[in-house]
Order: sequence, then structure tokens, then C-alpha cells
Amino acid sequence: MFQPKAIIEESLLNNLKSIASRIRENVVKMISEAGSGHLGASLSIVDILVVLYFLKIKHDPRNPLWSERDRVILSKGHAAPALYAVLAECGYFPTSLLNSLRRIDGFLQGHPEAYIPGIDMVSGSLGQGLSIANGMALSFRLSGKSCRVYVIMGDGELNEGQVWEAALTASHLMLDNITVIVDRNGFQQEGSTEDVKKLEPLGEKWRAFGWHVVEIDGHDLNQIVAALNEAELTKGCPTVIIAHTIKGFQPR
Amino acid sequence: MNGVYMKSIREEFGKVLSSLGAKYSDLVVLDADCGSHTKSKVFSQKYPERFFNIGISEQDLVGIAAGLAVCGKIPIVSCYSMFLMRAWEQIRNTIGRANINVKFVVTHAGASPHADGSSHQCFEDLSIMRVIPNMTVIVPADSKSMTLLLEEAICLNGPVYMRLGRDDVYDVYDGDVHIKIGKANTVVDGSDVSIIASGVLVYEALTASQMLRRDGISASVIDLHTIKPIDVNAIVNEARRTGALVTAEEHSVIGGLGSSVAEVVVSSYPVPMEIVGVRDRFGESSLSYRELLLKLGLTASSIYNAARRVLLRRR
Repeated sequence: MFQPKAIIEESLLNNLKSIASRIRENVVKMISEAGSGHLGASLSIVDILVVLYFLKIKHDPRNPLWSERDRVILSKGHAAPALYAVLAECGYFPTSLLNSLRRIDGFLQGHPEAYIPGIDMVSGSLGQGLSIANGMALSFRLSGKSCRVYVIMGDGELNEGQVWEAALTASHLMLDNITVIVDRNGFQQEGSTEDVKKLEPLGEKWRAFGWHVVEIDGHDLNQIVAALNEAELTKGCPTVIIAHTIKGFQPR
Repeated sequence: MNGVYMKSIREEFGKVLSSLGAKYSDLVVLDADCGSHTKSKVFSQKYPERFFNIGISEQDLVGIAAGLAVCGKIPIVSCYSMFLMRAWEQIRNTIGRANINVKFVVTHAGASPHADGSSHQCFEDLSIMRVIPNMTVIVPADSKSMTLLLEEAICLNGPVYMRLGRDDVYDVYDGDVHIKIGKANTVVDGSDVSIIASGVLVYEALTASQMLRRDGISASVIDLHTIKPIDVNAIVNEARRTGALVTAEEHSVIGGLGSSVAEVVVSSYPVPMEIVGVRDRFGESSLSYRELLLKLGLTASSIYNAARRVLLRRR
């Protein structure tokens, strides 16, 4: 496993941790008030989202359609509550709207919709995000833009054949402006990923598809940012970060 | 009506696409490793940097088109109609739901890949594409109308599904033609029965109208090139004028043009109607396109017979 030095300054690290803790609290509230939703799958990506939105990506919550922004695709759309809570925390919309989740006439749909400020792409059907990222990345290349595309995928989602079509395309076209983060929490709906359809050795699969692979602890903020930095510096091929996480993670 | 000349609609598509490439600098063309058959490859000779052969992976292709479109490009997705259908759910869940500006221009639709057999002959696409909210569905009758409709589709902000065949098609239009998405064209005026057709069946409808004329029956021929949004006024107008409708399409009788027209007729102005199309079956191999159209009942004689039947049913 990847072991970077502590690269986030102490006070910033504490700040990010308290943001993550607030997000977790909101996610639990949202899902309990809605009476349904994917709690475990939302909580496993909170730390990754916090590092992306509060440290890494180029974005402007006052100008959600800013053309120079980096794009984030939540390909595992069922973790929408986590993304919504992060977007509200960034200021894309008021946190008071978080309790509209899954309600009739509600602002926040069960899975991401295009009209929600800060949502770069609809999702909810698994396996589609990387293909869309391929198109975005190609468009940035054609237009000479330096924007990056981040795709957050579930590990169960890797059952979908389209993911591997898209993985071939990204490496074939050398789309090094794409970073995939696999939320490797080990579980899908009906059981462990290894019982349902064996994924391991997962890193080797991505490497065989022509990707640069980094494996990290997906709850260690330093490791997350170091891996994202490494992905940005990797040229000639896309990078996948296999983030080992715990479904339903709550730090002590 | 010209009716003498035949052109390969896909060859024309390739040419038109290349000329539109100069006018629309954001136009990009996506191919699923069949560009030499769909003729979209012609575009790549002029604009190699805006042409992408994504390989034999239609689901990925649809997602890529969505990504390009939301970043300002105008993607033309070119592949066989049959094999785009495996990405229906991607089209529905990404392109449709987010109303993304992608143009699907498919070839080899209907019976036109006649020799290949039922695996390649798509009679179901109009049904499953028109059911997707936000989707515009177009079936041009000939090369000229395809050219005009394609440019209109490019200028329209939203997803479009345009369906072309593989084979040469008769010219229906010549001279100055006005054709607009969503607006049916009256190709022949008539007062006894209305034939509403799309695609290659428009030419067959013209032949049927001549056959009917010999019987003293005056049939109008309407080119309903846009299946969705459907021209309600034109359909109601025909129902009111002639009180007897025949629809004709190179598609299943379930869910296509006939169904679309029937949905309008039953809710707005009920009159007897006959639907000419593929009768809930798959296609099969044949040595010629014509031979298969005949076997499937997709030629002028079927339309003629349907017109005679519907006239007997008219009160």
C-alpha cells in the first residue's frame, strides 16, 4: 500500500476532518429523514469527496457552470446523499435543502439529476460514468483545456461490462486527464464483491488494461491527496486509485 | 416527385456530414468501427481530429457522446440502428434524462441489411426511441430530405435519433423543398384516403397512390418524417378531410409510425385506419432488398390493399 508522508498541514487536516464529520452527520440525517437511501455506500466516500471538493479540484460554487472547472462524475449514483451534502457544504445550494431528499417536489432526487447545481452529470444506473468522462476528457483535449475529470465508482459497479469498454478507450486514447477512484469497500448489494463476482486481483486487471494504479487507504486524507497528485503527474495513461474503504465508515 | 433516380442515402450522409463539418466547427463524429459501412468515415478524411472510431462498444460510445456534448461539442453518433439499441438504457438514462445534445444518425435500419438476416434487421428502434422523453425521432424519405433534416437536427438543441437505410432509395423530392422537423409534408394531394408514410415507404406510397388513381380513388400521400414530436394538426386534418387513413413504415406495427398516428387519431378524431408494417416478426436473409420488402409486405401493393380495406370500413 501507498504510504506518503503527511502532506496536509495540521490545521488544514483538522479542518477537513471536521468538514467530513459534519458531512457524515448530514448524510445520516438526510437518509433517516427520507426513510431510505444507501447509507453505507454514501459514508464510504465522504473522505474522498471532502479532499476533492475542499482541496483538490478547480471549481467555483458561485459559478457552477464555469467552463474551466474540473468535472466530477459520481458514477455510483446511489451515494448521492454524500455528494449532495458536500455540494451544500461548498455553497452550491443551501443546506436547508438537504432534507428535501427523495420527497415529492423535492429539490434533491434519489439519484443525481442534471439540474442540481454542482452536478456535472446525471447518474443512478451503474457503469456509465467512465464513458462520459472519456467524452469530457476528449473534449478538453480538442479544446486545449487543462481541466481534469474525476470519476467515483463503486467496486460492485465493476461488474458492469461497460466499465471495461470505457477502460480500454481511456487507455487507448491516453486520456491522462482522467482519474478514476474506485471505492473498494468490498461489498455490493447481495454480499461481498468476492462472493458475487470475484474482482481480485483488481489492481492487476486495471494495469492489464493500460492504467496507472495506486492503492490507498480511502479514509486517510493524506493518502487521498497524495494519490490524486500522483494521478495528475502521471502522463500518457489514465490513473485509477483503488481506495480501500469501509462501508458505513464512521471515524472513532 | 422525382421517382426516377436512386441514391445511396448513406453515401449522401457521408458527403453531407463532411460539408457540414466546415460550417459547424464543434461537430464531432463518433463511430463504432463501421464507418466505412455507415459512410461516416468520409468525414474523417477531411477532419481526422474530429472523428473517433471508438471500437465495437456502443454503450461506451453513447457515454462518450454525452461527455463531449456537455462540454460544448455536437457529437454525431454513427452506427447500425440494430446495434445502437444495445445502448438503449444508456441513451435513456444519460442522454434522455439530462436532455443532452447528441445526434444519433443510424444506418442499415429496417430490412435494408437484407442479406445479413434477422440479427441485423431492426424493426423495433422507433418504438423504443420515441418512448424516451426529450428525444426527437426522424425517418427521412430520401437523400434530399435527409440533407435538410440533418442540418436542422444539428441546429436543434437536444437529442435526435435519425434513421437511415443501407440501400439506394428513390428520390421523392426534387427542386425547392421545404422540410421542417415536426412538420409533415404533403407529397400528393388527395381526397378519398390518406396514406401517411415514413422512410422508403413514402416512395411506395406514391406508387400506391398511382395504382389507386387507376381505380378512380384519390389518395393523398403524407411524408411524416418526424415521428416525434408528431404533427398532430396534419394527422387530424387528414382524418377530417378523408376519414380513412393508411400508415406505412419499415418497422414493426407495434410502437412505430402507425402506433404514433393511431394515438393521435383515437384521442383527437377517430376514423378507420390500417397499419402497414412488419407484423410482429423478425426479418430474414434475402438476396435483394426488394425481395425482402415484398415478403414482409412493405411495398406499394400492400399499401394499395390496405387503402381498399380502409375505404370499405369507412362509414
